[in-house]
Amino acid sequence: MTESTHSHQAPAYIEFGEYSTHVPKNIPIALEQATGRFLGNREARIAEMPQWEELRQAAHEIRLHTLLNLDLYLELVEKQVVAAGGVVHWAVDAAEASAIVVDIARQHGARTAVKVKSMATEEIGLNQALEAAGIQAYETDLGEFIIQLAGTGPSHIIVPAVHMRKEEIAALFREKLGIDAPTDPLELAAIARRILRERFLEAEMGISGANFLVAETGALVIVSNEGNGRMCTTLPDLHVAVVGIDKVVPDWESLTVLLKLLARSATGQKLSAYTSFITGPRRTVGEGGAKQFHLVLLDNGRSRILQDPVARETLKCIRCGCCLNVCPVYKHVGGYAYGWFISGPIGAIFSPQILGVEAARELPFASSLCGACADVCPVKIPIPKILLHLRHRVVEGDEFEKPAAPAPLRASASLGRVALSTPWLYRLGTRLLPFLMAPLRRDGWLPALPPPVNRWTRVRPLPAFRGGFREWWAQRQRRNGDRDSRGSP
Amino acid sequence: MKAQLFITCLAEQFYPNILQQMVLLLERLDVQVEFPAEQTCCGQPLYNSGFQSQARAMARNWLEVFGRSEAVIVSPSGSCVDMVHHHFPELFPEGTREHELARDLAGRTFEFTDFLVNQLRVTDVGARFPGRVTYHPSCHLLRGLGLRREAGLLLSEVRDLEIVPLPEEETCCGFGGVFSVVYPEVSRAMMEAKVNNILATGAEAVVACDAGCLMNIGGGLRKAGSQVKALHLIDILASNGGYR
Repeated sequence: MTESTHSHQAPAYIEFGEYSTHVPKNIPIALEQATGRFLGNREARIAEMPQWEELRQAAHEIRLHTLLNLDLYLELVEKQVVAAGGVVHWAVDAAEASAIVVDIARQHGARTAVKVKSMATEEIGLNQALEAAGIQAYETDLGEFIIQLAGTGPSHIIVPAVHMRKEEIAALFREKLGIDAPTDPLELAAIARRILRERFLEAEMGISGANFLVAETGALVIVSNEGNGRMCTTLPDLHVAVVGIDKVVPDWESLTVLLKLLARSATGQKLSAYTSFITGPRRTVGEGGAKQFHLVLLDNGRSRILQDPVARETLKCIRCGCCLNVCPVYKHVGGYAYGWFISGPIGAIFSPQILGVEAARELPFASSLCGACADVCPVKIPIPKILLHLRHRVVEGDEFEKPAAPAPLRASASLGRVALSTPWLYRLGTRLLPFLMAPLRRDGWLPALPPPVNRWTRVRPLPAFRGGFREWWAQRQRRNGDRDSRGSP
Repeated sequence: MKAQLFITCLAEQFYPNILQQMVLLLERLDVQVEFPAEQTCCGQPLYNSGFQSQARAMARNWLEVFGRSEAVIVSPSGSCVDMVHHHFPELFPEGTREHELARDLAGRTFEFTDFLVNQLRVTDVGARFPGRVTYHPSCHLLRGLGLRREAGLLLSEVRDLEIVPLPEEETCCGFGGVFSVVYPEVSRAMMEAKVNNILATGAEAVVACDAGCLMNIGGGLRKAGSQVKALHLIDILASNGGYR
């Protein structure tokens, strides 16, 4: 993948390193602004919640418990959704999920669909599948509306167009919509709203994902701020929801714990503007909602991840995006560096597990392991630990996948281990390096070194090799020994 | 009290002065210092690169070398101590002798500031350092080992020292070991942000507790043409009248 924004289909290879060498200059600036605002609000919300850490622990336990008993809860979801009058479909992978949605659309003769912002449909490339079948899907979340116009995917989990400045958005509107768009955010939103009103009324189908699925009653939970979620799921007669199997929560009580954490971690709101609960289709004329409700449960590698006791905690994720907001790597490279719909620390552990380490082998290394992500994660995903687990998978392989790194790399690691762990060899190196490097030394520093260590020195000089501690220690021991022997005749 | 020195490979190669000062400081505090000469690197660079099988072999050496004495182990690096605390036990299956040994040694391995403040119960080591400094809390010290206040307590007792807060102090400097050479451009961006924050404080020196951060930040300051020094906390604590 060489273009600057990721394609819609699952990428064959993700070039994080290549992308990181030419990050557009405005991206870190835009990200700093947006994430700074979210994090500031989050801090304020947490300060109001003395029980924050207890909530995080409870959320961790709820999510892990659900994953470990996922078969039971999924059966309950199916039973309850069917009991509420909905239809449940099971999709093993992205292609099957897309095919199911296309089929449903065809059966209803739907030619246009309006969509709620959904990561699951980004994951399966649903818009493209629908388009190929002659069905036009319109994104109705403002951010998604913008990136759909731009022809790209989301660069942040909760703010898909976070990387764009208002000037760029206005230029995009002028170019794609052929209208005079000012750079005022309110005016831009008004333009989008005018266009979207018509689409809501004309669409024959509404498509959503879900933030949660409550097993107890089969309710779909959608958290949003723009009201478009309500429009998409009530105006058209047909509602199809595509939901990852990891989105299940056992009951309403567990849901309240997760809802308390989600908006606070994401945008720093106490609660999002809208929290919609949808249980099957409408049953009476007076009730809101679609006449027909379909739920597509998406596996796409998730049940495979569940087999891995270390990595399965990845699936606890509730997609708040907070790990992106605190990640210094994400904030400098932006979402497109991660090559797929999900980015930042969670993307760096999610994508390699879904796409395989051959395609996504650069991502587990795209972290300084600073741990800021794990510190804020509302469900306590041990992201650094999983990154290390996946690095191991990439270079040495494990019971789940063969290594993606070439054999010579493993051979050089063996050599490195011998040099670093054989005491006499290590000591010899420590004595020799200051002399070997002397010709390159300038004022106590090594400003330029040959490849591969030039990857360090092209960014900053390396302090000169000094060594000498062992000699100092030995001399001191001898001196002290002399003194001791003089002192005790 | 007896303590074994775990000098770490980066400090040994690049900052031998810190190690010497650490010995002198510990002895001044009546600690009997031992130096197991067979020690090399703990294996963290290989472990963080994913080479767990190689790192396991290195961990085995380390455990053997430091397991010979009953004494506690002290190291001037949060990152290397984090490796011993959190990753050594994980490298060996539960129930094995090596796992038990790893847990035993992890339980008595202390990062330097932790050792002073929480084991020796010392915060005033009698240091004097006239100057303005700012403090960068290294990620593994802060989040890995949860040592959030120790360095500050030690610094606050240093005479004539003015401590200025560092904006965004808890943000990683961009070192990250292998990360710094795998993705040098990203590492650069993070390092430059850190350096700019340091320069904004007007401090004469930035203090940290890990050789990796010091190499990165110190190199970045030099590259920026700044006179601001990157010092290990031990440089300050061992000082009796200023570093300059």
